[in-house]
Amino acid sequence: MSPRAGADQTLESLFATKEIVVFCGSGGVGKTSVAASAALEAANRLGGKVLVLTIDPAKRLASALGLEGIGNLEKRVPTEAFKAAGLEPRGELWAAMLDTKQSWDDLVLRHAPDELTAYKILDNRLYHNITARFVQSHDYIAMERLFEIHSSGTYDLIVVDTPPTRNALDFLEAPKRMSEFFGGRLLRWLTLPYRVGGKRSTRMLNVASRPFYQMADRILGGKFLQDIAEFFLNFESMYSGFTQRAQAVEQLMHDRRTTFAVVTTLEDAPLREAEFFCEELRRRSFHLGALVLNKTLPTYLLDEDGARAAAQLCSDSDRLAAMLDPSGHGGLDDPARTSRVLRTVGDSFHNFAVVAKREAELRAELGRVPDVVVNVPSFDVDIYDVSGLVRIGTALFSDQ
Amino acid sequence: MGTAPELLQRRLLFFTGKGGVGKSTVAAAMALLAARHGKRVLVVEVDAKGNLATLFEHAPAGFKPVEMQPGVHVMTMHTEESLQEYLRLNLKVPVLGRIGPLARMLDFVASAAPGVKEILTVGKVCWEVKEAIEGRAPWDLVVVDAAATGHVLAQLDAPAAIQELVSVGPVRAQTEWMAQILSDPALTALNVVATPEEMPVSETIELIAHARAEVNVPLGAVIVNRVLPELFTHADELTFEALREPEVESQLVRAVGPGTTAVLDAARLAVSLRRTRATHLERLRAEVDLPMLYLPYLFTRSHGLRVTRMMADALDEELGQ
Repeated sequence: MSPRAGADQTLESLFATKEIVVFCGSGGVGKTSVAASAALEAANRLGGKVLVLTIDPAKRLASALGLEGIGNLEKRVPTEAFKAAGLEPRGELWAAMLDTKQSWDDLVLRHAPDELTAYKILDNRLYHNITARFVQSHDYIAMERLFEIHSSGTYDLIVVDTPPTRNALDFLEAPKRMSEFFGGRLLRWLTLPYRVGGKRSTRMLNVASRPFYQMADRILGGKFLQDIAEFFLNFESMYSGFTQRAQAVEQLMHDRRTTFAVVTTLEDAPLREAEFFCEELRRRSFHLGALVLNKTLPTYLLDEDGARAAAQLCSDSDRLAAMLDPSGHGGLDDPARTSRVLRTVGDSFHNFAVVAKREAELRAELGRVPDVVVNVPSFDVDIYDVSGLVRIGTALFSDQ
Repeated sequence: MGTAPELLQRRLLFFTGKGGVGKSTVAAAMALLAARHGKRVLVVEVDAKGNLATLFEHAPAGFKPVEMQPGVHVMTMHTEESLQEYLRLNLKVPVLGRIGPLARMLDFVASAAPGVKEILTVGKVCWEVKEAIEGRAPWDLVVVDAAATGHVLAQLDAPAAIQELVSVGPVRAQTEWMAQILSDPALTALNVVATPEEMPVSETIELIAHARAEVNVPLGAVIVNRVLPELFTHADELTFEALREPEVESQLVRAVGPGTTAVLDAARLAVSLRRTRATHLERLRAEVDLPMLYLPYLFTRSHGLRVTRMMADALDEELGQ
């Protein structure tokens, strides 16, 4: 790709100056592989201790990174894996997976005032449900875990793969929503009837919440509401810890040491979402570092000579087939078949060229983009080992 | 186990799949195809991304169905409006909007309580089917562009989950007929859209196993989207390899011009892309015993309604109707 005016930054220089790089984008664009490859390449070229925090890697990728089994532990990618790929990296690559349930439990254990309250919360049947679907807890917990690892000061660079969300913005808002939720009057109001004079009591309805409870009872049954209130009363003991923490996470996301990289394919829907996401990052004053165009078709498909040749292979296939010397090549002994293959090859070029042109158009139409835009070509094989990640990594760091 | 062709005879079709596999496109194409067969179709978009409006070239729809193509109505799921409608219709609770904070509180509880948000989604869908069966709504078929693989089972399981939590009262009674509609193989099918790639295939296999074990909803078909064409037979491939022999290739380049190498490279790329995907497809076939429908990768510059129509054509061919 031709250098962009005024852009002397590369993905490499971006990675060299940041401590956290968050990869985001819509589902199916290859975010996980790109994040892992970028981390690997950073460890390889820039040195230091680099961690990739991944969410739900494909099985073969997980085992390539040595992430078999589950759990929250960070593991070092074995040096033998690098050697097998012909690399002698300057730094260390570490990898960790996100175990949402485990992280939530840790959080509760950390913030609860005492063990008894902690276990009351952990044992509540609503606990899992609420942590699983409330305030986009998956997103929040990813941010929380990132904060935890970052403040441990163990790594020079942390590369984050974000969870697949219905809306790519969800996870950006997660810390804020979390603190709003815990600081919110709504929660207070819900638990109000169960609190009198600072102590828990059986339900005493006040004027404000009576109609609500009457209706909710009618729909859900009283016992159910009581369970919820009970749960939140226990949860309330962790409010200040949670709120402070959520604010700290939010601050870290806005820190100058943190940058975001948006990953997309050059397809209509993911690209639209990526553009929207770039705009929103800017609007919320997050640092948008790079846009990664993943799985793009090779540019030789745009070649006019290629189009001409493909057309001639189709229209002139019989003559060309007859012209080719079959001696010594078993594959060329049947001119009818050779002719058919030439036509197929020509047609296939036209087909892929249509898609490549569409990609090029979409690429050209891209509005405001960050200084660093990189292409990662569509590889003809799956990436499931370190040498595969190196291929993506090399493309990421050298395409400028 | 049903066969694919009778999918269109059912009244309620869910389409799920990993993000990015083209689940909305397949749902839209199925709706278009059903409409071609004279059916009146309601398409419900669960994740309000507005994809369906693009696929039908129409302004976005809200909770109230809008006819986007002849015979195809589209609505966007909105849990709060679904709740309001539910309260109005079933509990004879009037105009909730008047008491605004109550609606917010209910929404709050709905977010926290297991299955409530889900039941408001799946409940509305079942309600439309029930109304249609009983002659009060015009739909011959309800197509749901459902949540992605990670979330869809929670939605489908909601009536059963609620029944466990709520032992008496109107809600319990409501969930019973919902569960009946969802579990009836003559009415309902859960279909999974996949692409022949590693993660979508893995998620499809897992989803089907979970669905069988955990949810009482009949499975329909697996729709494999973006299948690349097989360029060559085995004999053709030998011919192609011969064309790539240096002296043969340079003979071609002399006759056809400098672009020839790019054209041959492109064919090689096409072959290996297809081959990589074929291994995933084989795994899918080996591990899933459901009818499979194959939709081609479309080499087209357009998107929107034109693509939806092409997909409907391809579905039509696969269903053999």
